[in-house]
Amino acid sequence: MSSLAARALFLSGLILVVSLGVWELSTPAVKAAGEMTEYEKLMGGADQEARVPPPSQVLLRAWEELSDPFYDNGPNDKGIGIQVGYSLFRVLTGYFLAAMIAIPVGFLIGMSPLMYRAFDPFIQVLRPISPLAWMPLALFIIKDSEASSIFVIFICSIWPMLINTAFGVAGVRKDWVNVARTHELGSLRTALTVILPAAAPTIVTGMRISIGIAWLVIVAAEMLVGGTGVGYYVWNEWNNLDLTSVIFSILVIGVVGMLLDAAFAQVQRAVRYQE
Amino acid sequence: MDNPFLEIDALSKRYPSPGGQDLTVFEEVSFDINKGEFVCIIGHSGCGKSTIMNVLAGLDTATSGAVTMDGKEVVGPSLDRGVVFQNYSLLPWRSALKNVTFGVRARHPDWSKQQVLDHSYKYLEMVGLSGGAEHRKPSQLSGGMRQRVSIARAFAIQPKLLLLDEPFGALDALTRGTIQDELIRIWSGSEQTVFMITHDVDEAILLADRILLMTNGPYARVAESVVIDIPRPRNRAEIIHDQGYYKIRNHLVEFLALRSKVLAEEHPDDGGPMKPRRPETVRPALATEDAVSDEGLSSPRMEPELVSLVR
Repeated sequence: MSSLAARALFLSGLILVVSLGVWELSTPAVKAAGEMTEYEKLMGGADQEARVPPPSQVLLRAWEELSDPFYDNGPNDKGIGIQVGYSLFRVLTGYFLAAMIAIPVGFLIGMSPLMYRAFDPFIQVLRPISPLAWMPLALFIIKDSEASSIFVIFICSIWPMLINTAFGVAGVRKDWVNVARTHELGSLRTALTVILPAAAPTIVTGMRISIGIAWLVIVAAEMLVGGTGVGYYVWNEWNNLDLTSVIFSILVIGVVGMLLDAAFAQVQRAVRYQE
Repeated sequence: MDNPFLEIDALSKRYPSPGGQDLTVFEEVSFDINKGEFVCIIGHSGCGKSTIMNVLAGLDTATSGAVTMDGKEVVGPSLDRGVVFQNYSLLPWRSALKNVTFGVRARHPDWSKQQVLDHSYKYLEMVGLSGGAEHRKPSQLSGGMRQRVSIARAFAIQPKLLLLDEPFGALDALTRGTIQDELIRIWSGSEQTVFMITHDVDEAILLADRILLMTNGPYARVAESVVIDIPRPRNRAEIIHDQGYYKIRNHLVEFLALRSKVLAEEHPDDGGPMKPRRPETVRPALATEDAVSDEGLSSPRMEPELVSLVR
């Protein structure tokens, strides 16, 4: 219903304006240098305690950053576009490596009850481990921080894809498999023309969960590993005590995560079918 | 005489049960089907009709006994035996047309795209699906339309034997009638051998050359083979005026209501008399009035060889 959509949009805008307004008004403006007392000047014009910057400043910073996202002034000063690019590269590399393993193995597990039982205990033990717990081991074995963060993404995104693929494949209706059997399809053609499309919605749901988790984890991993990436950017700006940039990068993380999710929602729509 | 096209010999199915005593669904099921014949099988739920069908399709295996088609034993599924399932079993992510091409391409992997399309369209038109409806997904089609697609897919692969597992069971009575008429029409134009499960006595009389009657399970068996002596072409409106129609119908109803149970209890499990190798043939339409009222037991019986001669 379009009127519902319009009303929802209006309400969203209202919530945005009100919350930004309250935030803006609750942060008093910094006094001009001329009005400062001697003490205030000594304190660098700072308040008694540091304040969260108002949204107007954040918007200003966003404008500055987004108007030149790809500048590169050395290791500690790169544009937000470059930082997001590094993070996306790591996420997508680790993610697709995981998909390349999780989907075939998930197929195997889903098609064979024996394999399902054999793999199940390992999956159950490995799955609940926080991906960052692998970091020291990864750094020790791989001896490369870049590859280690990719490994962490790999290990965190493999489980939802693996489990959903196995679940989807195991749940393919017997009738459809029988259709393949009565048409004398070989195992490979059955897998590709019947089981894959039948299980695709479940598999893509797993992939969507995985990309979400991978994007959550990359920020933490980059804070640990450092160097480049949007997670490092947040931590670096915190060390610079530049809270405006911190808030700005938090928003960027949110928007990129939303776009990744929307992309997979699109894929989900494409493979969906109605029984 | 040549061997019949399809021979089912002493088929039985047992499921082991933890209590020690196996559950025997059916046993000693034997019958023949000739080429081009339309045979229906009727029996109460649980007598193992669907299992017999799955064994014929090669999707299930019997505990003992053998199925021979065209001189070769049936082992595993094959494109020589097409199946129409009760729930249509269309692939929901493919359009009606794509569901049919799926079968045609499997049957003729060497055909060009155009050949596959032409062949598929031919059969879709035969079941009355064309003019855009063939591009719809199964979920956008009515139950009757879906079953038409399923029938088109099965006929399009031109199997030696067509197996129909209660194909109209899920349809409303009016739609069922229309598709029954369509099925006869399509079948009449082909040399197709059909084996069909049904619960509907009228449907069986309308469609079949012969109806196999099963006793109740467990230990179900095929007790009788009822020949439908009603001339073809048949259609629903005229068949009820045929002289033999009600004789056959009464015979079938009486079997299902009473004798299927009585015969099941009579089952000689403890080394009783030898069971007949083939079900006895009954021709209610040819029986005199007295004979029919006399429980149909005195209706003329014929040896299977003789029956095929009569045909």
